[in-house]
Amino acid sequence: MIRIAAEAPWYELFSRGARDWLRHNQKVREAVRDTLPEILSGEDLMTGPSGNRSVLVPVKFLEHSRFRLADPSAQQGAGQGRGQPGDVLAPGRESGDAGAQSGGTENGEIRFVVEMKLDEIIDWIWEELKLPELKPKRASTMDEPDYVREGWDKRGARSRLDRRRTMKEAVKRRAIQENPVAIVNDDLRFRQLVKRATPSTNAAVIFALDVSGSMDEAQRKLAKQFFFFALQGIRRQYAKVETVFLAHAAQAWEFDESQFFQASSSGGTVSSCAFRLALDVIQKRYDPGRYNVYFFYASDGENAAEDREPATAALKSLAGLANYSGYVETGGIATFRPRETQLAEVFNELKRAGLPVGMSPLSSQEDVWRAIREFFQQAESP
Amino acid sequence: MSELEQYAAGIEELAKRLGLDYYNVDFEIAPASLMTEIAVYGLPIRMPHWSFGVRYIHQLVRQSMGHSKIFEVMFPGDPCRAFLMDGNSIAENTLVTAHVLGHADFSKGNELFARFHEMAGGNIVEHAAAHAQRIQQAIDAVGLEKVEAVLDAALALESHVDVDGDLHRAPYPEFVPEKATVTQTAFHRRFRDLPGEAEPAAPDVGRIRAAVPPHPEFDLLWFIAHYAPELEQWERDIFLAVRAESLYFYPVFACQIMNEGWASYWHARLLREAEFLPQPLYLAAIKAHSDVVRPYAAGQETALAINPYHLGFTLWEHLIERHGMPRAREVMRDEDDFGFIRNFLDRELAEKLDLFVYEASAADGIKVVNRDLNAIREAILSPKFNYGAPRVAATDVNTDGSLVLAHEHATDGRGLDLGRAKRVLEYTRRVWRRPVRLLTVNDRGEPVELTA
Repeated sequence: MIRIAAEAPWYELFSRGARDWLRHNQKVREAVRDTLPEILSGEDLMTGPSGNRSVLVPVKFLEHSRFRLADPSAQQGAGQGRGQPGDVLAPGRESGDAGAQSGGTENGEIRFVVEMKLDEIIDWIWEELKLPELKPKRASTMDEPDYVREGWDKRGARSRLDRRRTMKEAVKRRAIQENPVAIVNDDLRFRQLVKRATPSTNAAVIFALDVSGSMDEAQRKLAKQFFFFALQGIRRQYAKVETVFLAHAAQAWEFDESQFFQASSSGGTVSSCAFRLALDVIQKRYDPGRYNVYFFYASDGENAAEDREPATAALKSLAGLANYSGYVETGGIATFRPRETQLAEVFNELKRAGLPVGMSPLSSQEDVWRAIREFFQQAESP
Repeated sequence: MSELEQYAAGIEELAKRLGLDYYNVDFEIAPASLMTEIAVYGLPIRMPHWSFGVRYIHQLVRQSMGHSKIFEVMFPGDPCRAFLMDGNSIAENTLVTAHVLGHADFSKGNELFARFHEMAGGNIVEHAAAHAQRIQQAIDAVGLEKVEAVLDAALALESHVDVDGDLHRAPYPEFVPEKATVTQTAFHRRFRDLPGEAEPAAPDVGRIRAAVPPHPEFDLLWFIAHYAPELEQWERDIFLAVRAESLYFYPVFACQIMNEGWASYWHARLLREAEFLPQPLYLAAIKAHSDVVRPYAAGQETALAINPYHLGFTLWEHLIERHGMPRAREVMRDEDDFGFIRNFLDRELAEKLDLFVYEASAADGIKVVNRDLNAIREAILSPKFNYGAPRVAATDVNTDGSLVLAHEHATDGRGLDLGRAKRVLEYTRRVWRRPVRLLTVNDRGEPVELTA
């Protein structure tokens, strides 16, 4: 007896294929995580609108492996049609695909692109590195006046009418009145706004890069990666983040992001000019009373000998204004140095003096994470 | 009664009259999306795993390119379950109904199907849904990651079951009688014959603990399920669920050419003899038949894969014409594809079908190698040996609990793909929880040992 059922829409409730496909994609994302710094360093992602930015990462399908025989040098199969022994059905080389087809098991290579949200990526990293959340400066001067809702009044702007409250009042009144009217003016309730000081959530991040002749391409790339992640870390915490890019050799200039990493200059290194320019920027544009200021500096550490005193002085006052100042020292194994560079000495000296500064070496990809961890752990606990 | 149901009833009556014998068939009209999923998962409801997601996307891509249209899916059982695609025309679904009855007859009459039917019962669809539900419960209890790790291993070893064995296997005997270690050399005989007191009889040790495994074990899913040192109950459940489903799929796999050929023979014959079908519908259905049962894609003269519908159909037509239906039903009962091809694909047919053996390599392209009958048979059958998987057996469990697997490279002709094998070992190690080693050979034929 044949029965044909046409209803039974249980399978339309959800797609099992789509569920497993999404799980596959999730696993792909996890795999992609490992190669993140390289993927990210390619683009100008630091400035620009902060919401909804994402990177496109080309990936291959994950393969669920099984035991399989090694590929033979030539694969045999059964076919059907015309042709005598020795006849060539498809020429060699470019038609390597056909062999796979006949095997019947291999799928044509399909590549796809995963779109990864930058915020998601940064959240991963922060989780992975177990980094603390940054805390805004706790000082009364940081407070910024803002309007907050507080209480109700019988008078107010129509846009702030609280209908629920108003109806409550009307119900209460009608409960004790005879022949009550639906709503009277006395029932109206308006939300009130009050000016209150709230802790500032603005941040300014100043990046300074040594572009003197001794900084090569690889060192700059590392510095760029470090700056990028440092900025993302700060962005996670503050509502509004402004960035400043300073480059210096014997002199310091301000750039926008795209030019910043291209800038180069021959000539000596005078760090103090960058510190002074940063001080100048802070004083003119980012009042430390209203901004949480972060300063990050990348250099190979070889500062002019006679600049030591001025640099120390400028850095000292800079460190006094900023929430945190971090220094990464670039240079590979090739530039092995038996002693600390001048700048490293200066930073360590200030650190011992109790100022919120820190330094970390930056000679390889892994150092980026080490430096990030170093700075964010210190920046959090001054 | 719908038009389709009317025709279906007529076709069924005719089928009974022509001697088809089958369990009831429940038909269901399903949307394309479900048909796609069934094709991907092999079952309407099956355990979740990300690898199915990859196959799902490939299937969607193929379908969107028009390479793959799914007419029908049928699950043997009691009752059989058949799904018809709602986008098919009435003519196509009439054809498919007849085709499914051919499958239903085959799966009841064929010994291999009958044996698995007897072991597993006739309702795999429900069993698989129950497996999926239990796995979902495990996911809720221990988390997706852990369950996925077990599924990674179990599904990777999916084909490594003993298809000649039972679904429910007893464990190895725990003890074996000790073998007498009497050595009978000339010296022993002379020593025994010396005068004096008789030597005290050696104490009777009786039985000793048996080695695990006592012989190379090819049923890896079963072996790991029962002998992994620290397997949790839910993990064993997953391994046994995958094994049960794998055993269910085996007859379909091993009889594909026979089964599709048989169903194609019967749908053609039933339609031809169904006089109640309107002429235009019959023509449309026969057009669909010739699209399915054809050797080459439209407009081509050679094919590098043999269409099992076409091959099976031709073999059965030939066989029935020559030996009659009773003999054909005997063949249908006794053989699987190995016997069917080796016994009934003769030179005459191979020549008529223009079959050849080809060789494909990156350097030389694709060449016709020969038209030797035996070579053709083996080329058709070689993807089917050992359930399509290399011969890998568990041979030892060391005192530290580590597992040793050995690949029978001599039978398989060459070694394993080492990269993939290594990953399978990694999956397995997470379940075995001790090191897992695998012996095989590399591309120069030298022994290699992989460890995870």
